[in-house]
Amino acid sequence: MSEIITLIKKEITLEWRQRYALNGMLLYVISTIAICYLSFNLNRNLLTPIVWNTLFWIILLFTAVNAIAKSFSREHYGRYLYHYMISSPQSIIISKIIYNSLLMLTLSLTALGFYILVMGNPVGNMTVYVLSVVLGSLGFASSLTLISAIASKADNSGSLMAILSFPMIIPMLLMVTKLAKNALDNLDTSVNYDEILVLLSIDAIVIGLSVILFPYLWRS
Amino acid sequence: MKNKLWKAATVIILIYVLTAGLYGEVPRQPILNETVRNLYYHVTMWFAMVIYLLISLIYSIRYLSSGKIEHDDIASEFVNTGVVFGIVGFTTGAIWGMVTWGDPLPKDPKILSVAIAMLAYFAYLVLRGAFEDEQRRARISSIYNIFAFVIFNVLIWILPRMTDSLHPGNGGNPGFNIYDSENVMKPVFYSAIIGWSMLGLWVTTLRIRLKRLNHLAEERS
Repeated sequence: MSEIITLIKKEITLEWRQRYALNGMLLYVISTIAICYLSFNLNRNLLTPIVWNTLFWIILLFTAVNAIAKSFSREHYGRYLYHYMISSPQSIIISKIIYNSLLMLTLSLTALGFYILVMGNPVGNMTVYVLSVVLGSLGFASSLTLISAIASKADNSGSLMAILSFPMIIPMLLMVTKLAKNALDNLDTSVNYDEILVLLSIDAIVIGLSVILFPYLWRS
Repeated sequence: MKNKLWKAATVIILIYVLTAGLYGEVPRQPILNETVRNLYYHVTMWFAMVIYLLISLIYSIRYLSSGKIEHDDIASEFVNTGVVFGIVGFTTGAIWGMVTWGDPLPKDPKILSVAIAMLAYFAYLVLRGAFEDEQRRARISSIYNIFAFVIFNVLIWILPRMTDSLHPGNGGNPGFNIYDSENVMKPVFYSAIIGWSMLGLWVTTLRIRLKRLNHLAEERS
């Protein structure tokens, strides 16, 4: 347990020193939103709640893929080996998942704030919408971490990451957009329990699989 | 001898399925009419595909625990066959949909789910192409295969049941049983499942043997 905490601390310190991923991704999110704003400024009427929601999730999806793709290729090969010598693979993958979840939470909540500021706010039930964003970013982070570990083993990991991750992330995306849609229309909270339950169980399955499969992956 | 017997059985079952499927008695239904015979050629493909992907999953797990390259060969060949059966299932489904629903690819959650699941397996095949080293490719693609199978199951079993669907047995629709109250279709249907699955198994064993021979030839040269 303390191993995991140390590893997370290491990730955060590393991030804080370079501020590369966080700043880069924040800039990425903000410029994408700015482009959306500029394009829709030409005709405001086209920005219906559905379009608003779809755009936001597309932005989040690409942010997640780009942010998490770096999580395994960032470190030098030597340091990689060193980590693997001193700690167990389970704690490495768990710490990466937790770190990526934190990163995604920061990015997506900032993105949501900026998005609402720029594009207006048609959301009926803000609590449920924020919940859907939180669940969505946790889900993206947990399912993409193992995929990025797989992709980092190949040579051109950038395009491979996209190919491998989209099929994996779509079930989650379907659930989360439905939840977000319900929040947008301000439906009663009780209709959302199904989606929340399925999302949480997909998360649990994916995290469990990552913990089981990662030890096989890092040996190669 | 034992080898030949099941192949002969496959041929006989498939001849039965083709003749009984095309000429046999089927219940009269509005809209469905004679297209109900497609049950033998559409639904069975998905049964066969799920069986192959399950076998592939088992061999991927066995590869990870044993490290024998033969297990990975088996796993990858079963994915190939599964993908081919999936494409055939898609085609027969599109033909059926065109006649009964008036649209070859309606916006149905089950079609969407299966399309995405097929994408996952295409990604598996792409991933295999990305590695030169055999052991490395085998290890990494096995891991992805396990991951893909889980997502595949979430996609085809859980998600379509949560929404309305055009397919029987989903989203509050009655199952297919009500169309066949006299049980005239069941014998053909069940033998079609067995027959098509065995045909795919046969093709896959041939491909696995070919791959093994290639390995041997490479070692010799």
